[in-house]
Amino acid sequence: MKFAVIVFPGSNCDIDCYKAVEDTVGESVDYVFHTATDLSAYDAILVPGGFSYGDYLRCGAIAQFAPVMAEVQKAAEAGKFVLGICNGFQILTEAGLLPGALIRNNSLKFRCHQVGLVVENATTGFTNAYSQGEVIQIPIAHGEGSYFVEDEQLAALKANNQIVFRYAGDNPNGSVDDIAGVCNEAGNVVGMMPHPERAVKEILGSADGAKMFTSVLNAWRERNGAASIR
Amino acid sequence: MKAKVYVTIKQNVLDPQGNAVQGALHTLGFNEVGKVRIGKYLEIDLDTNDRAQAEEKLKTMCEKLLANTVVEDYRFELEG
Repeated sequence: MKFAVIVFPGSNCDIDCYKAVEDTVGESVDYVFHTATDLSAYDAILVPGGFSYGDYLRCGAIAQFAPVMAEVQKAAEAGKFVLGICNGFQILTEAGLLPGALIRNNSLKFRCHQVGLVVENATTGFTNAYSQGEVIQIPIAHGEGSYFVEDEQLAALKANNQIVFRYAGDNPNGSVDDIAGVCNEAGNVVGMMPHPERAVKEILGSADGAKMFTSVLNAWRERNGAASIR
Repeated sequence: MKAKVYVTIKQNVLDPQGNAVQGALHTLGFNEVGKVRIGKYLEIDLDTNDRAQAEEKLKTMCEKLLANTVVEDYRFELEG
């Protein structure tokens, strides 16, 4: 399986994503620059956190028009696995690959700490190794992570089982319905504010994020008929 | 022509910055201050004299990039 980690000017979690793939599933992984115009070689695309283009105008607003994003769009439409983490999530919503928008935390503070997450949908390409309702520990690090959708859209998200993670206990940013992560209708594109790539070993404070990566390898192997790992 | 573009947070979306500024104004004794909303103001020079075309282009700019219409409204004025 081949992973791509997209690198924008201002990405700063790209190395963490790369290392997380190496350390959790040991599959092939490349950094792919924002100017790239071909992602056909990759099975999974990770859009990492950071401050792409300095967060100018809005988080992810400029990044959505980087050349590589047309390829990410194509990959998503082709059913390939796409995961946006933090700024990556903001970019995917700006690009229209995921519904909603991320706005300023209601506390106005940059929140950087461990949070509990409830796995609300354990059927997506990135969450199949978790069990439904499981609470996992993953760190957050964002100032603009308050997920917003209109009531109508929220009802649609619930009806389509597109809410992937909710904050367990305190909501750190004021997001609608305690949402921490969502997916597209097909479930191959997932976006989340917390950072699973920072939680892949106990020495980092939690290893609960590792299953995001084993999940996508499972999903890819199932799709390609190879033996699944758990 | 010159365009002035205003991007504001939708009324039904929480504006924590606006709330903080409202609180600060109250602290300063400006008790007449009601709701405060913070937005963005952009000045854009356009290399055209065709008003209709400029309006159409500005609308596209706002929809595509300048505003995120999930959470923001926009309006613009044209001069010259």
